[in-house]
Amino acid sequence: MSILVDRQTRLLVQGITGREGSFHTQQMLEYGTQVVAGVTPGGAGKTVHGVPVFNTVADAVAATGADTSIIYVPARFAPDAIYEAVDAGIALIVCITENIPTRDMVAVYHRVRQSGSRLIGPNCPGLITPGQAKVGIMPGYIHTPGPVGLVSRSGTLTYEVVHALTQAGLGQSTAVGIGGDPIIGTSFVDVLEMFEADPATQAIVLIGEIGGTDEEIAAAYIKEHVTKPVVGFIAGRTAPPGKRMGHAGAIISGGQGTAAEKIAALNAAGVPVAESPQQVADLVRQALS
Amino acid sequence: MNIHEYQAAEILKRHGIPINTGIVATTPDEVAAAAEQLGGTVVVKAQVHTGGRGKAGGVKLAGSPAEAREVASRILGMDIRGHTVHKVLVAPAVPIEREYYLGVVIDRAARGITIMGSSAGGVDIEEVARETPEQIHRELADPFLGLHDFQARRLAFALGIEPDLVPGFARLARQLYQAFFDSDASLAEINPLVLTKDRAWLALDSKITIDDSALVRHPDLEQLRDLQEENPTEMAARAAGLSFVKLDGTIGCVVNGAGLSMATMDAIKHYGGEPANFLDVGGGASAEQVETALRLVLADPNVRAVLVNIFGGITRCDVVAQGLLAAMEAIKPTVPFVIRLVGTNQEAGRAMLAEAGLTVVDTMPEAAQRVVAAAKGAAA
Repeated sequence: MSILVDRQTRLLVQGITGREGSFHTQQMLEYGTQVVAGVTPGGAGKTVHGVPVFNTVADAVAATGADTSIIYVPARFAPDAIYEAVDAGIALIVCITENIPTRDMVAVYHRVRQSGSRLIGPNCPGLITPGQAKVGIMPGYIHTPGPVGLVSRSGTLTYEVVHALTQAGLGQSTAVGIGGDPIIGTSFVDVLEMFEADPATQAIVLIGEIGGTDEEIAAAYIKEHVTKPVVGFIAGRTAPPGKRMGHAGAIISGGQGTAAEKIAALNAAGVPVAESPQQVADLVRQALS
Repeated sequence: MNIHEYQAAEILKRHGIPINTGIVATTPDEVAAAAEQLGGTVVVKAQVHTGGRGKAGGVKLAGSPAEAREVASRILGMDIRGHTVHKVLVAPAVPIEREYYLGVVIDRAARGITIMGSSAGGVDIEEVARETPEQIHRELADPFLGLHDFQARRLAFALGIEPDLVPGFARLARQLYQAFFDSDASLAEINPLVLTKDRAWLALDSKITIDDSALVRHPDLEQLRDLQEENPTEMAARAAGLSFVKLDGTIGCVVNGAGLSMATMDAIKHYGGEPANFLDVGGGASAEQVETALRLVLADPNVRAVLVNIFGGITRCDVVAQGLLAAMEAIKPTVPFVIRLVGTNQEAGRAMLAEAGLTVVDTMPEAAQRVVAAAKGAAA
């Protein structure tokens, strides 16, 4: 078991003929993901690494039964790509694209919510169920199957933690990068709920960062609803207020969103917070023993 | 992106909001001339991208052109929280009946756009939110249709505004929402929004912050950027597609990924050092980007040592190492480097760096400890 993606996932790549789309299609195929279709308007009839290309998502779904989509299109076309995936009934939409204006994401978020589809991202590395399916841009080889579920707002920091877990002999059930933007489709709480229900997940790692209050909301949820051990890591203890630290969502504003508040909230919910990515592995091992 | 008060006021005016029109001036003589032109008592306000201008002495009343000149000579050139005042706004002083706060923000928890109002206007709204949150009233706009008229009215009634003044307030609230929406703002606020002695609404002071991700579709707003307010290194980084934030420490950081960059800064601090910057070279860490990044970091004279932390992932470490060596060959840095490189072909990459005499370490804690020691050694 795992959450969201597995061997049965039938993946569609929106923006498959672009540089990123094409490169990562090859990487995902090599990992063993079932990439069944690609979409590029005007690209019907082509193939990319053996994957057939369609003009529209609806055509791709009709021909291949794709149930999951990953989006690599530029920011100005990305909201439309999400709407198209929703319209075609795609169950899980993963948007890698960075720099989508927040205003656009307000409408996108609520449209997706009404539809019954799920959106992961934007501005995220995607997700992976080790040994089964990689739907994202993360390096597959650092992962190994096992009992730890990961959820994170970051990219390379997640790889860092996964790498430390794998080296410590702690495999992962699924690792989900939910994205670094102020408004994202799937929150910590959504993923925690899925990990709590997933029999293959025995411990959970939550990787947060400065900005917003999603870690605090997650802490309250953990206290009430999560019985599995959770280990936290929060980046940005030394970040100054009022400055955007790379991710659009990583900003302390109006005195809100500091690492100290998030760590305190997690600790109050019984979640130990590691000092370094490497220490995450130690805390997970303790939690599982 | 932050813009000045006078620029924000222009945007509000274009959306039909009554503003207290003033004159922008850069010298005491210009200020005196502006006061002469406006007549009567004026207020001289520092134009800087930071709050707390009043408390810092950056906002003063002046009863005559001579007094305005004198006040301006003290405000111009003043430092307010690290920002030098280059411009002031001279505006007529207004007889005030009551003051309100009105602001539109991205509401992250609600995944929407919220308008907030308070009858405790003219003061720091964050303080109101902390001390007396019941004095702030909110309406979450419809994600597809925007702020409805009834929501704007409901906000007015919640603020205790008299029925005859409600339509005017509601119109203004919707205009502010529209100004926020049309400029792709992340914040648009009027503080204070005043009711004048003759019972008219007037935006006395305003602030707008634009969503950086949306600037590409607003070339007109990009023109409002004040280069004097920007850190030159941060500007150069932005032009190169890198994300850089200047900090006060002595250890330069070159890292791929925003989260990992923050975690690297935290590790440096944990081991007793101070980071000189936040720098994300992007997930891929291409050779050109690493070279640009190194140049930016080394341009800071406070930097005593540099930590390069690259989690290569799909990127090949031998390629990153090659780029790093080429960059160092071109720049010839004089400060010590500590390098951590993880990912595909890491052994090859590390061997190349070690051969060139660079310190290559395995883990982040080790890298942080080494670079802190190197910075202290270099300083001694």
